[in-house]
Amino acid sequence: MNYNILIGGAAGQGIETLSAIFERILKRQGFEVFTIRDYMSRVRGGHNFIQIRFSSEKLLSHSEELDGIIAMNGETVEYHAENLKADGFIICDEEIKNQDLRCIRLPLKQTASGTGNTRTMGSVAVGAVLELLGIDDRETEDVLNAFFNSELAALNFKAVQGGRKLAVRRYEVITAAQDNNIIINGNEAVALGALAAGCKFYSAYPMTPSTSIMDYLASKMLDAEIVVEQAEDEIAAINMAIGASYAGARAMTGTSGGGFALKVEALGLSGMLEVPLVIAEVQRPGPTTGLPTRTEQSDLKFVISASQGEFPRMVIALRNPEDAFYQTVRAFNLADKYQLPVILLSDQYLADTTVTVKPFDFERVEINNYISGYQFDEAKPYKRYEITPTGISPRIIPGKNPGAAVLVDSDEHDESGHITESAQVRNQMVEKRLRKLQHLEEELLEPEFTGAADCDVLLLAWGSTWGPVTEAVNILNSNSDTKYGALVFGDIWPLPVRLLVEKAKKAKRIINVEQNATGQLASIVSEVTGIFCDSSVLKYDGRPMSSGFIIEKIRGNE
Amino acid sequence: MCDVKYCISETAWCPGCGDLNIIECLKAALEQTGKKPHEVLVVGGIGQAAKTPQYINTNGFCGLHGRSLPPAVAAKIVNKDLTVVVNTGDGDSYGEGGNHFLHNIRRNVDITHFVHDNQIYGLTKGQASPTTGVGHITGIQTAGSMNEPMNPLLVALALGAGFVARAFSGDREHLTSIMVEAIKYKGYALVDILQPCVSFNKINTFQWYSKRVYKIEDGYDATDRLKAMERSMEWGDRIPIGILYKNEKQTFTEKFDFLNGDKPLIDKTTPVDKIKGYLKDFI
Repeated sequence: MNYNILIGGAAGQGIETLSAIFERILKRQGFEVFTIRDYMSRVRGGHNFIQIRFSSEKLLSHSEELDGIIAMNGETVEYHAENLKADGFIICDEEIKNQDLRCIRLPLKQTASGTGNTRTMGSVAVGAVLELLGIDDRETEDVLNAFFNSELAALNFKAVQGGRKLAVRRYEVITAAQDNNIIINGNEAVALGALAAGCKFYSAYPMTPSTSIMDYLASKMLDAEIVVEQAEDEIAAINMAIGASYAGARAMTGTSGGGFALKVEALGLSGMLEVPLVIAEVQRPGPTTGLPTRTEQSDLKFVISASQGEFPRMVIALRNPEDAFYQTVRAFNLADKYQLPVILLSDQYLADTTVTVKPFDFERVEINNYISGYQFDEAKPYKRYEITPTGISPRIIPGKNPGAAVLVDSDEHDESGHITESAQVRNQMVEKRLRKLQHLEEELLEPEFTGAADCDVLLLAWGSTWGPVTEAVNILNSNSDTKYGALVFGDIWPLPVRLLVEKAKKAKRIINVEQNATGQLASIVSEVTGIFCDSSVLKYDGRPMSSGFIIEKIRGNE
Repeated sequence: MCDVKYCISETAWCPGCGDLNIIECLKAALEQTGKKPHEVLVVGGIGQAAKTPQYINTNGFCGLHGRSLPPAVAAKIVNKDLTVVVNTGDGDSYGEGGNHFLHNIRRNVDITHFVHDNQIYGLTKGQASPTTGVGHITGIQTAGSMNEPMNPLLVALALGAGFVARAFSGDREHLTSIMVEAIKYKGYALVDILQPCVSFNKINTFQWYSKRVYKIEDGYDATDRLKAMERSMEWGDRIPIGILYKNEKQTFTEKFDFLNGDKPLIDKTTPVDKIKGYLKDFI
């Protein structure tokens, strides 16, 4: 079983809270949940909607076909009725005059008034839907208590019960056995990963869709003892993070593409000073302000080449919330080990989508700062940029080693950190910095392969489209003689090539699947490996890519 | 010996540059604080003054142009035991880094900001800076600088800075004493240090400053903000040097118990079990 319910209304109508409550209730019943959020860049009015898909089986993606709609206003019915199954339902207030026969008009507002607060109208609707689906109440009160104070929780529980009485049971939803999951979105998973990794300093400037990383960290600031500082601008944010990291604290900054553009010079600073830094870049459609609240994967080529000059960096594309958590932890370790910036590339789809996953395993979290010691020796002064076979110089914390000064400079510098214009030293330093990359390349993670091992058609994708692409491959393989497979990149720069070359050799066709207009992964793959894609599945309207969309495009090309 | 004593190495500054005196005074001031070189962090952006960290044997951070304050305050926030001093120029502090200047006054982290203010861009060979006077002819401002010069002291006072001073690189004893006070001050301390640029500022010369600067008289009430504002606007024939304003304020670190305890933040271990408990936010 697998249901897909849309909740829609205007900004300010409480859709977000309503959906969060509804998905929690479903999750507590043991269902797998996958919820996407479509909202406009405004505080009031407009049209926002949230699609909650739930199932007794693991869900990898959202889906476009709807089983039900909770319409908080008339527009919701107008905009979404075309995606509703013929036997689907629309729960709306009796005042909404719509001729659609699937509408179940109920006195939602009146029932809400009866509780003493018309703002509980959403809870009335949830009650009606729970009844319609035949889902019991055993977790509802507890969930409401997590969202509201006790008085409002009681009011809303009354509203849910009122709503139940309005509807008639139509479905017999099979309740899953036991709920052992957490429900989390990509940004929260990044934030939790940062905390688990021992991040002590997060400075950022608010920018959708990255802000909820800062929101979650700020909610834990005093308890977890992490400084969360809203900087005056993005330039300050990244330079602060670099300063904190230089001084010995694990530090991170986060933004979206526009903010990243402002951080670019300091990205190079992290590379040049060899100060570890983790940066989350949560993409939205550009250029410039673009579509602020929507999704795209169009900053890949930008982040791998941003900033002047040549220096090592790593880019990890996050594929799902579990990946987001574990890769954030790994990013801190890699940044410290190789003393370079690590960029976590996410997007609005991953950032705002809540998914049920197994609780993160903290046993898998290892923290290694790679901090060296130094004992003063007049004959052997501490050298921050000592030339070594790996290119990695011993890093110490300023203030901790008497007789040792940690000198860093954005100018080209010698081993001690002093400015140099020597051609010989310049060569040594460029080579030292780039040498680190050779060692990093040895521990890159190959892309995840899914599908038929000896596939004829190989899809190439990266980051958050992991779910839709995986689901698409599963469906394609179950109703076609052609064998499909997909490589979905997480580590993406430097590009891991072993599995790519191996799979590409055997495939008859290679198709890149990307949420951008120019096929940036395909471009990078051809540049690095000489492998060219035969065709592309691209989407750049700012709306997330579903498995249905991918299947349709691939079949259309056959 | 340079492990325990402050040492200055050979610089790339012009003979007669005000920076040469400033770095000597910085060394003398740091010696008076009793901190060892490895307990001090000197931060600069880009420019001639910003090279200061290169020439003194403390920890040093030479970052990006205009971006000296953000790394400096962050380093202090995570390690309150470090003595953090910013030495950088008027272009770096007030021009390219103007936004950080404004907001770090508000942030009030316990750092000291020494602005080597020569009213000109030196490293790029003589263009107008935010403090260049009206009518000052340069290779770019060929008809003379048209823009009103910025008054950094008045800006700092308006934003509520707790320590605002002006000094002159030509008076080493006075400059050193102000530097000591500024470093000792708990909170953001601004010292705008007037200095000649012998190569590119032929107007505001050593003689120009020497003729005009006067020491603020004994008995001046440095806790009166309005008086300080009045004094900060004195410019022209007479330019006051000394501590214009000094008042105690709660620092950034003092606002947070977890930053203000025995240990600096960098020495605290991550409470893994507590963080694991946050999983319950998502059940």
